[in-house]
Amino acid sequence: MAEVEAAGSGTETGGGSESGNATGSGSGWRRPHGPLQRYYGPSAAEAAEATPDPADINGPHFDPEVFLTKVRSECRLGELLSREATLGREIRALDSDMQTLLYENYNKFISATDTIRKMKVDFRRMEAEMDDLASNMAAISASSARVSAALQDRHRRGAQLAGVQALLRKLQSLVEVPGRLRRWAAPGADPARALHCYARARAVLRHYRHLPSFRAIEDESHSIMAELAQRLRARLRDDTLDPKELTECVEMLLQLEEPPEELCEEFLSQAGARLEAELAALEAELPPSDPSGTASTPPPASDILDFVDRGSSAFVSNLCLLAASYRSLFEGRPGSGDGRLEAFASTLTTRYFELLERRLALERGLGDTSLLVRALDRFHRRLRALLELLPAAGAEAGAALVARAARERVARYLRALQTFFLGCLGDVRQALAAPRPPGKDGPGLPDLLATLSSSVLGQLKAVLAYVQLFTARDVAFASLPYFKGEFCVEAVREGLVVAFVRWLCRTARGFADSPAERGAPAAPPALLLLLARLCLDYEATTISYILTLTDEQFPPEVGQLFEEGVRRAQSSDSSRRAFSVYSSSRAPGRYAPSYTPSAPMDTHLLSNIQKLFSERIDIFSPVEFNKVSVLTGIIKISLKTLLECVRLRTLGRFGLQQVQVDGHYLQLYLWRFAADERVVQGLLDEVAASAAHRCLDPVPMEHSVVELICERG
Amino acid sequence: MEDDAPVIYGLEFQARALTPQTAETDAIRFLVGTQSLRYDNQIHIIDFDDENNIINKNVLLHQVGEIWHISASPADKGVLATCYNKTSDGKVVTCAAVWRMPKELESGSHESPDDSSSNTQTLELLCHLDNTAHGNMACVMWEPMGDGKKIISLADNNILLWDLQESSTKAVLSSSSALEGKGQLRFTSGRWSPHHNCTQIATANDTTVRGWDTRSMRQIYSIENAHGQLVRDLDFNPNKQYYLASCGDDCKVKFWDTRNVTEPVKTLEEHSHWVWNVRYNHSHDQLILTGSSDSRVILSNMVSISSEPFGHMVDDDELSDQEEQHQEEKIFVYRPFRIKEPLQDSVIATYEEHEDSVYAVEWSSADPWLFASLSYDGRLVINRVPRALKYHILL
Repeated sequence: MAEVEAAGSGTETGGGSESGNATGSGSGWRRPHGPLQRYYGPSAAEAAEATPDPADINGPHFDPEVFLTKVRSECRLGELLSREATLGREIRALDSDMQTLLYENYNKFISATDTIRKMKVDFRRMEAEMDDLASNMAAISASSARVSAALQDRHRRGAQLAGVQALLRKLQSLVEVPGRLRRWAAPGADPARALHCYARARAVLRHYRHLPSFRAIEDESHSIMAELAQRLRARLRDDTLDPKELTECVEMLLQLEEPPEELCEEFLSQAGARLEAELAALEAELPPSDPSGTASTPPPASDILDFVDRGSSAFVSNLCLLAASYRSLFEGRPGSGDGRLEAFASTLTTRYFELLERRLALERGLGDTSLLVRALDRFHRRLRALLELLPAAGAEAGAALVARAARERVARYLRALQTFFLGCLGDVRQALAAPRPPGKDGPGLPDLLATLSSSVLGQLKAVLAYVQLFTARDVAFASLPYFKGEFCVEAVREGLVVAFVRWLCRTARGFADSPAERGAPAAPPALLLLLARLCLDYEATTISYILTLTDEQFPPEVGQLFEEGVRRAQSSDSSRRAFSVYSSSRAPGRYAPSYTPSAPMDTHLLSNIQKLFSERIDIFSPVEFNKVSVLTGIIKISLKTLLECVRLRTLGRFGLQQVQVDGHYLQLYLWRFAADERVVQGLLDEVAASAAHRCLDPVPMEHSVVELICERG
Repeated sequence: MEDDAPVIYGLEFQARALTPQTAETDAIRFLVGTQSLRYDNQIHIIDFDDENNIINKNVLLHQVGEIWHISASPADKGVLATCYNKTSDGKVVTCAAVWRMPKELESGSHESPDDSSSNTQTLELLCHLDNTAHGNMACVMWEPMGDGKKIISLADNNILLWDLQESSTKAVLSSSSALEGKGQLRFTSGRWSPHHNCTQIATANDTTVRGWDTRSMRQIYSIENAHGQLVRDLDFNPNKQYYLASCGDDCKVKFWDTRNVTEPVKTLEEHSHWVWNVRYNHSHDQLILTGSSDSRVILSNMVSISSEPFGHMVDDDELSDQEEQHQEEKIFVYRPFRIKEPLQDSVIATYEEHEDSVYAVEWSSADPWLFASLSYDGRLVINRVPRALKYHILL
C-alpha cells in the first residue's frame, strides 16, 4: 500500500509534494500552511465536483485517485500507517468472507447440477413406461367391450326373469288375500289391518275381475269383508264401546263403503245412548222431581261445584268429543249436513240444562255463594268450548240459565235480609218486654237502635259483598252483557237494595197501621218509636249511603268520573222559582218597545244599553275538567246556536210565542247546570229580543200563560 | 288623530248585507243593506274620506223588503243587485232584483250628511230576476271584471246564469243547472272565480263546496265535508287560480287547492263561533279577513300559501345585471335592502269593536289597505291594515 501511495504522490500537484516533502524532511517552518491548505484545498475541489463524494470509500462515486490524494494530503504519517493497517485488515476480512460465500454456493450449485442430471436419466426411463401403459389400456378397453357385448343378452333375460318373479309374488299375495283377510277379520283379530289390506287389493281385483280366478278371489274377499262389516255393525250396537272405539268402528265401516246416512244415524243413536246414560247418572243424584215442592228433600249428596264438575267433565266433554269426531267422519258426506248433529246436540244440552236447573233449585239455603259462582263459571266456560264447536247448541239458554241462577240467588239474599231484620226486631221486642230487675235499667232505646241499625247495615254490606262475586273480573260470565248492565242495575240495585228499603218501610208502617184486630198483640209504643227513628235515619243518611255504596261497588257511571265544579250563583230551586216570579213582572216590558211603531230605535237602544252592562260572552271558551264547566260550555254553544237560528228565521205570531215559552222553560231549568246563571240569562234575553225583531206580528203570550205551560211541564 | 284608529258608523236598523262599490276604484265607498220587518228598509251609501277620517252617508229607500244580500256591478257604479225577503199573505219569499241608484249619488255626494238623510231618495228598479220556478234566492254574483251584463244567482238548489240586456232593464235566463241529491239541497253561498276567463264558480251547500264550469254548467270538483258543519262563505284567491278559502259553523277557515281537494292546504281556528265571512285582499292575497258571530273580525297573514314569494329569495336577474363583474366581491358585499325577514303565517290583529255577531266583512275596492265590517246591530266599522305590516309588504 505504501507503494501505491508513493506512486500516487508522483502525480501530485506541487503543493502536495511540497507538503510531502515537508513531512518527509520533518522541518516544521512551513507547517502552518498545512491546515490552510487542508482548509482551502479540498473545499475548492469539492465545489468543482458538486455533491457526490468521490472520497467516500463505500459510495458509488468512489475514485481511488481522489481518495488517495485526499488521504495523503490530510493525514499524517502515523495516521496513514494506521489507516493502511485498517484497510489491510478490512480487505482480508472481505476476502475471507467472499471465499466462504463462494464455497457455500459452489456446493449448492454442484448438488443442483447433479440433481438435474439425475432427473434427465430418470425421465428417459419413465417415458418408455408410459408408452407401455397406453398400449395396455387400449387392449383392456377393447376386451371389455367384447365382454359386455357377449353378456348383454343374458342380462336382459335376467331382468325379464326378475320382472316375472315380482309379478308372481304379487299374484301370490293376491291369492293370499282371502286367507289374510280371514285371519285378520276374525273376531278379536286386527280388523284395521284387514281393511288396509282389502283397500289395497280391491282396486286390482276390480280391474281383473273378468278373469275367473280373480273373480273367485274377489268374491271370497268380498264375502269376508261383508262378514266383517256385519260384525262391526254388531259391535256398533254394543253399549260398552267408549267414544274412541265407536269412532274407530264407524270409520272402518265408512271405509267399507257402508251407506253414511245409516251410519250417521247409528252413530248418533249410539253416542246419544251413552250421553243419555251420563245424564241419567247425573239425574240419579237428584231427588225425584217433586212438582208439589212441599216434601222436604234431603240435602243433595254432593255440592253444586262437584255436580257441575261431573256434568261438564263427563257429559260436556263427551259431547265435544262426539261433535268433533262426527265432524271429521261425516263432513262432506251426503245426509249429514242438514243440521242433524245440531238438533241432536241441542236436545241433549236442553236436557242437561234442565238437570242443572233442577240441581240449582236444590240450593235452598244461602250456602256458599263463592262455590255457586265458581260452579256457574265452570259451567259457562265449558259451555263456551262446546259452543265453539256447535254454535247452535243453545248459547242463549246457557247464558239465561246463569243469569237466572244469579237472580235467584239475589232474591234469596233479599229474603234472608228480611228474615234477619225480623229476627232483629224480635230481639228488640224481647229486650223491651223483658222484666227488668228493680233498680237496674234495661238497655236504653238508643243502644237498641244503634245495635239494630248497625247489624242490619252490616248484614246488607255482607250481602252486597257476596253478590259482587257475580261480577268479579276473573269470572267468565261477568263479561256477558247482562252482568255488565242489567244485573247491576235491575237485580242488585233495584231488586235487592231498593226492594229491601221499600220492604223495610212497608214493614215499619205495617206495625204502625195495624191495630190489634187480628188478635196479634199491638206493637209496643217503644218499638214504634224506635222504628220511626230508624226510618228517619234512613231517610236522612242511610239510604243515600247504601245506594252510593252499591253504585260504587257495581260499575260506576260516567258522571262520577268528573268532580263537581264551582257554581257562582248557587240558589236553590225554590228560591229560583221565586226569583222568576219576581222577574216575570218586568218580563213583558222587554217586548213592549217592539210594538210601538213611533219608536223604531228603542229596542236597539235598549239592547245596546243592556250590552253596556253585560260582559262579552265567549262562546267557545276553554273548559275545565269538571261537570259544571263542561255543561256550561255546552249550554253556551246551544243557546248561541239558538240565537243565530232565530235570527235567520222570519217568525209569525205563534212562532214568537213558542220561542217565548221555550225561553222561559229554559230559564227555569237550565240555570242549575251552568256555572254562571247570568250567562244563561243574557243569552236567553238576546234570543227573546231577536225573536221579537224577527216577528211579523209581535204579539207576545200573556206571561201567566207562559208560566202555566212551563209549570205543567 | 291617530291614523290606525277604527271609524265607526251606526245604522238604525239591523243589517247583514255589505258590499264595496266594486266599479269605483278612486273613492272608498261601501253599500249596506238593512233588515227590518216592520219599517222601510234602506241602502246606506257610505263614503269614507280617507284624508279627514270622516264618513259621509247617503240613504236610499229599498221598500220591497229586508235585504239579505247585496252586490255591486263591477262595470257600472250606479248598478247593484239585492236579495230581499218579500212577505205576502203569511209566506216569506226571497227574491232578487237589479237596481240603479240616482245619478248624483253614484260618485258620492258632498252635501252634509244631515241634509241627505232628510230627503231620502229611492232606488230605480231595473229588472227582477224571476225566481218563481226556482225558489228562494240566496245570493247574486256579478261576473268579476266583466262588463256588468252577466250575473249568476243561487236559488235553493239552482244555479241561474242571467244575461242583462237593454242596459240592464231585462234579465234573460241564459242557462241554469240544478243540484240533485237526497234531501232538500240549498245553496248557502257562492263566488265567481276571476281566473280561467271567468268560467268557474264555486258554491256551498251544507258541508260541501262544489266547483262549476259556467259554460257547460257542470260540476268540476266537489269538496265533500269541507267543514264539519255548514259552510257559510267562500272566496277565491285573486292571484292564485287554484286557491280557494272557505269558512263555516265549525269555527274554522280552510284553504283549498282545487286540484287536490282531499285535504285542506291550511286550516285556521281562531274564532270561537261560526265564521260567516272570509275575504282575500284584492291585491295582497296573504291578507285574509274573517268575520264571525263571536263578534270579532280577524285579519290573518297567510304568507306561506300566498302568491308572495315566501322566505329568503334573492333575485338572480338583479344579481347578473349589477354584479357580473364583481363576482369575487359578492360574498363580502353587505346588502341590507335584500335581506327581508320572512313573515310567518299569523294572526295580525283581532278587531273587537263589534258587540254583536259580525255577518259581513269586505275589503275596499279602492284602497287595498282598508276594510269594513258589519255586525247585526247595525254597526259598521272601517279599519286599516296596521301600518307596520303595510310597509313590510310594500318595501
